[in-house]
Amino acid sequence: QTGSISGRVLDEQKQGLPGVTVVIEGTSLGNSTNADGTYSIQNVPTGPQILIISFVGYNTQRQPVTVNNGQNTAVPNVVIGENTTLLNEAVVVGYGTQRKEDVTGAVTQIDEKQFVKGQVTNPEQLIQGKVAGVQITTGGGAPGSATTIRIRGGSSLNASNDPLIVIDGVPVDNSGVSGAANALSLINPNDIETYTVLKDASATAIYGSRASNGVILITTKRGVQGEKITVNVSSLASVSKRYNSVDVLSANQLRNTVASVAPTKSNLLGSSNTNWQDEIFRTAFTSDNNVSVAGAAGKLPFRVSYGNLEQQGILRTNRLIRNTGSISLTPVLFDNTLKVNLNLKGSIIDNNFADAGAVGAALAFDPTQPVRSGAEGYGGYFEYLQSAGGVPQQNVPRNPVALLELRRDRSTVKRSIGNIQLDYALPFFRDLHANVNLGYDITRSNGSNLVDATAAAAYFNRPLDPAITDRQGGSFNRYAQNRDNKLLEAYLNYTKQLGETRLDLLAGYSYQDFVTTSPNLPTYLADGTTIFRAAAVNPFRTQYTILSYYGRANLSINDRYVLTGTLRNDASSRFPSYNRNALFPAVSAAWNIKNESILKDNNTFSDLKLRAGYGITGQQDIVGAAGSDYPYIQRYVVNSLQAQYGFYNPATSQYEYYIPYSPQGFNRNLKWEQTTTYNAGIDYGFLDGRLSGSVDVYYRKTKDLLAVIPIPILTNYTNQLVSNVGSLENKGVELNLNATPVQGEHWNWTLNANGTYNVNKILSLGPQVEGFAGIENNGVAGGTGTNIGIYRVGEPSSSFYVYKQVYGTDGKPLQDVYADLNGDGIINSNDRYVYKQAAPPVILGFSSNVSYDRVNLAFTLRSQLGSYLYNNVNSQNGTYNGLTSQPTVITNATQDALYTGFTNLKQERYSSDYYIQNASFLRMENITLGYDAGKIMGNRGNLRLTAAVQNVFLITKYSGLDPEIFNGVDNNVYPRPRTYTIGLNLSL
Amino acid sequence: CNDDLDRVPTYDLNTESVYKDAEGYQRVAAKVYSGFAVTGGQGPDAATGDILGIDQGTSDYVRSLWSAQELTTDEAVIQWGDPGVQDWHNMNWTSSGVLIRGLYSRILYEVTLCNGFLAQATDANLSSRGITGADLTNIQRLRAEVRFLRALAYYHALDLFGNPPFATENDEIGGTTPPRQTTRTELFTYIESELKAIDADLAAPGQNLYGRADKAAAWTLLAKLYLNAKVYTGTERNADCATYAKRVIDSGVYSLTPQYKNLFRTDNNTSKEIIFPIVYDGKRTQTYGGTTFLTHAAVSGTANSFWNPARYGIDGGWGGIRTTPRLYQQFPDTAADARAKFVTGGQSLEVTSQTTFTDGYVPIKFKNISSTGAPGSDLVFVDTDFPMFRLADVYLMYAEAALRGGGDQALALTYVNRVRARAFNNAPAGNITSGQLTLDFILNERSRELYWEATRRTDLIRYERFTTGDYLWAWKGGVAGGRAVSDDRRLFPLPAADLSVNPNLTQNPGY
Repeated sequence: QTGSISGRVLDEQKQGLPGVTVVIEGTSLGNSTNADGTYSIQNVPTGPQILIISFVGYNTQRQPVTVNNGQNTAVPNVVIGENTTLLNEAVVVGYGTQRKEDVTGAVTQIDEKQFVKGQVTNPEQLIQGKVAGVQITTGGGAPGSATTIRIRGGSSLNASNDPLIVIDGVPVDNSGVSGAANALSLINPNDIETYTVLKDASATAIYGSRASNGVILITTKRGVQGEKITVNVSSLASVSKRYNSVDVLSANQLRNTVASVAPTKSNLLGSSNTNWQDEIFRTAFTSDNNVSVAGAAGKLPFRVSYGNLEQQGILRTNRLIRNTGSISLTPVLFDNTLKVNLNLKGSIIDNNFADAGAVGAALAFDPTQPVRSGAEGYGGYFEYLQSAGGVPQQNVPRNPVALLELRRDRSTVKRSIGNIQLDYALPFFRDLHANVNLGYDITRSNGSNLVDATAAAAYFNRPLDPAITDRQGGSFNRYAQNRDNKLLEAYLNYTKQLGETRLDLLAGYSYQDFVTTSPNLPTYLADGTTIFRAAAVNPFRTQYTILSYYGRANLSINDRYVLTGTLRNDASSRFPSYNRNALFPAVSAAWNIKNESILKDNNTFSDLKLRAGYGITGQQDIVGAAGSDYPYIQRYVVNSLQAQYGFYNPATSQYEYYIPYSPQGFNRNLKWEQTTTYNAGIDYGFLDGRLSGSVDVYYRKTKDLLAVIPIPILTNYTNQLVSNVGSLENKGVELNLNATPVQGEHWNWTLNANGTYNVNKILSLGPQVEGFAGIENNGVAGGTGTNIGIYRVGEPSSSFYVYKQVYGTDGKPLQDVYADLNGDGIINSNDRYVYKQAAPPVILGFSSNVSYDRVNLAFTLRSQLGSYLYNNVNSQNGTYNGLTSQPTVITNATQDALYTGFTNLKQERYSSDYYIQNASFLRMENITLGYDAGKIMGNRGNLRLTAAVQNVFLITKYSGLDPEIFNGVDNNVYPRPRTYTIGLNLSL
Repeated sequence: CNDDLDRVPTYDLNTESVYKDAEGYQRVAAKVYSGFAVTGGQGPDAATGDILGIDQGTSDYVRSLWSAQELTTDEAVIQWGDPGVQDWHNMNWTSSGVLIRGLYSRILYEVTLCNGFLAQATDANLSSRGITGADLTNIQRLRAEVRFLRALAYYHALDLFGNPPFATENDEIGGTTPPRQTTRTELFTYIESELKAIDADLAAPGQNLYGRADKAAAWTLLAKLYLNAKVYTGTERNADCATYAKRVIDSGVYSLTPQYKNLFRTDNNTSKEIIFPIVYDGKRTQTYGGTTFLTHAAVSGTANSFWNPARYGIDGGWGGIRTTPRLYQQFPDTAADARAKFVTGGQSLEVTSQTTFTDGYVPIKFKNISSTGAPGSDLVFVDTDFPMFRLADVYLMYAEAALRGGGDQALALTYVNRVRARAFNNAPAGNITSGQLTLDFILNERSRELYWEATRRTDLIRYERFTTGDYLWAWKGGVAGGRAVSDDRRLFPLPAADLSVNPNLTQNPGY
């Protein structure tokens, strides 16, 4: 006679705790909890029983329960306390959850408690600095700006190096969304419960072809069975300020400098003292309000949330409004056999973009000129004109304020991600679960861009009309984009505990389809009716499909030896049928030494586990490199109306125009890029977990690199083609350390430190001859066609390629003097050399949380070491060239001009290593002071107050504004502000 | 669901759908023509053009060709600091230079376009696709025109690179077999035979639409080939040059445009002098190369009392190209010679610094206004066509071939004086005597007549003055007074990028 029991295990924050082992004392019957902390155990002998609830890092609990024949007994929620306040030991993995003990790969999970606090707009900012091996670089200070995420360096050259992001089981398309700089900014960070970063192939290979650059699993919050309904309200208000400026010459400095270096031009100077950076930036305000209701309505666990964010950028006119909503329903039906997991998330973002060109214009614009001209033309703004009262000069900076105020650049982006996941335990074979997951990711973008008819920036869009001199063309265009991505997953999961052996088998199928469409719309003049640039001949539509089979086996013996093997077969429509399928295997093993008898009772070690893994992952995201989803098909593109060709018929005095068909380069031999990863790691814990962490070493080698390389000319309709060529490697070490130096009744202090050392090297780029330096990349502003980077064999993929500056005895760089590195007596492009790299070899993160009773103080520090940056601001503006070169206009210089005294420089200026600067830095990402007011309103609510500062300080030798720029080129980046936030969080 | 993996583009075409009817052939042929004019299929501001690894505007055919033929000589210097752009004039280009690679890639990309079209335009293919009648005739004519365009591109490869790789419509496109290398002599013979082979299929002179090649275009190219035959093959072919030049002249359909300046205005499509143009339109054929480059780059970047962009029909100049004193000094009387129009105000004659726009006089040639002064259809992109071949050049080629022993010197004098008469507004002052008609005079007259029309480097090489110390100009070889450079500089290097992937190639000497 048997019955079943079910219940839920919570942590002290009343959150469901996954992966907890629940066994019936004296038997081998047991199970582990699911992602939401629920568990059920079948076939339990009737009568009184004791449940042993245990979990690494938590205190083991014993819970009595009485089992009735043929019935399910609901066990009251069990709260287990951490024996450390450190990492939550729950681990979400691809297609399911695992006990941490059973994890054999390099996996880091970060939950809400460790998230970066303060004003967080983009979800990925939550874990910035928190995970070893993960580099997250925001694209600047604009609300919702694009972020670059790199896990263990990039494994590709020209194919995407972005990780795969899976939200509640839906792999999302995080490529560019029209009208939203960052596709992830459409997710409300407040809805996120955990981040899991899968780093090595043994963890990621289950995602096969999209896993080479790691996988980030995001789980959102949900209601749980039996929980009382809780309303949570959070409100943040913040103020953002610019905390530094680019050092350009002040008005008086410029006057003095012109007087000495270009005295004949003093008459061009104005009488104003304008700080253009002050004119374009402002103090920005943000409010972020969220309300959620979570709990169980009867048998229906649910969570609904609404968020409203209104964020100003510090650049005038820049603003983002985001409204988000989410619904999560997680009922369990039919006698606990069917678990339903329904997630719907929707968001609407309204962007007011600012012309970021104003940032560069503010550096170059003459500070002796006024913002407003006092005349009516050009919106009343001062502009350089070809003659007094005439038309605007070209090739001069435009009034930075006018660039902002005379443009209206708006977009509305709607995105919804949703899925329904059904997990059904087969009635006669309950160890076997059938899981179906249907999901979608839909985006609708609409935007428009209006440049005012009075703007000098778009004056010449209409042919000259002598009658109009202050109001001419302007421009107006609309754009739209629809993205419809569908997901179907189905898998079977078999779990069996046989004595001391646990077996977990998974086999599944996945179909994912991505469609993007955009209409073809013309560009008008500001009047909105006169077509200035014709629309494309055809609308845009592209589609690709990935079809996969996958499987995983996880075998745990005696909780000591764990073996995992995964296999995935992916087929992508981006490859020709004969190269379309690829198999991605991985195997890994772990040895829980702590559970060996010799250490079982050892009090020094609370955890000791060795892990080793090997696997192959793939890469198919080549759209950026190939230019289309159809790189292997010989395509003919219909030319745009700007690229017609005409023949003139003298007999009729008419042209006959043809819209040509352009054949495109294609590679019918294209195949998968493959990355082989070896990883070995150790997880350790001492002193009852008060000191714990992990060390991982890895080696990743990518072969058949998808790279855009020169191909023999005459063999294709292009000179460079995306091809499988060459190889590169990344090797590195990751350290993670958690510590609880103080643990007491009042005082508690926890620390996390993580560090990564990664070495990237290109091993091969295909055949080479002497004289072929490599493939140049990374264009810079100022010198058309100047590339500052190179892909070269034996060097890191983010290497700079520059001339070696020669310095004088006073230590200052000598103008136009570079070392003749190849000794041929002339200085030319062959004298460039590989110097430093943009990617940081060392990334460090450090977090601290000190609490005394109800007050806590937390901060996060981040550091990158060994990264270098090309100071494009100084290479463009750090000379007197702007003061001297143009007869009628003076443009401002940075203070570097005063130091170098550079005047008129040759082409090599832009490629001098003088402008490659050490960009190592230490940044305090945030500091947060929290006060837990405890029960209020007659014990009905819980109130927590916070005050936070973000971007608190920055220590760096880099001379520009901010050394943290992803691609190695500092060119007028929208500065990251310092943000002060106060917030309250109320739960009822 | 496996069928879903065979995704095909929704709007793009494939070989079958393109070549299903005559229109498709016509539109691919238009692509071949447009390859000389625009940089890519999606307009000048698209993310990428046809040629990768180089700024799109810089990759333009005419702009690249012009830079190689003019910036390397006494006729032009440039202010800019873009990579490699000063190397042209300083004669220190390298096989890894981006501009050398751009030039080479553009020319041979054009050959690939031609090969792709010709492979589809065989009689067998046309027949199997059911193309007959007038359509068939038209495509057969287009086929001959495309062979002409290929010969033209190969001619540029022959002249600039000497020994380029070589492929025809019989070589696969999309394969991985690298093409073989040809030699200058072999390529010379190939171009010659192609131009002769297509003669029957091309339209009679002047009988095709303006912009499409006819017999006269092929004859002009043959004349150019023969005039430089000694450079290319070691053997003079002056009589052949004279024969073909005369055949163009005697066709009777070409005449000198009465006013020299109107050859370079937006309505030059009505000129009777232009034998083969590259056609531009400010709205429909846009590029940052071609005549857009030639017009803007020769206007100061900022307007002032000396520079009014509106006079050129543009929004503003790019402040790039000027000339060395040599070109200005070719004109003994700049007032009388209608071709000697320079902006001198605010400019200095001497080029003390190549990177200072005000150093050097600026010839006034290409404008975006019509012969009657009306501005072009767009203020950025220029309507004016680039005259690739024109009658005055043919006259001067005949005269030179005659002086070199290949033709009638009296007739040569007549032709030269026709060119002179137009330059001097039909005033007799310009006429020269037979005693004045020397080879040196021809070289100088070619410079006066054809400056900035992409022939100067070839002319100087033919006269052995390009690399030698016999003729120097400011900053030749990278020094202010000019210096001789290695004769190897008469050929450009094959780009290191192509050498690295094509083992069949051997680098030109000296690189």
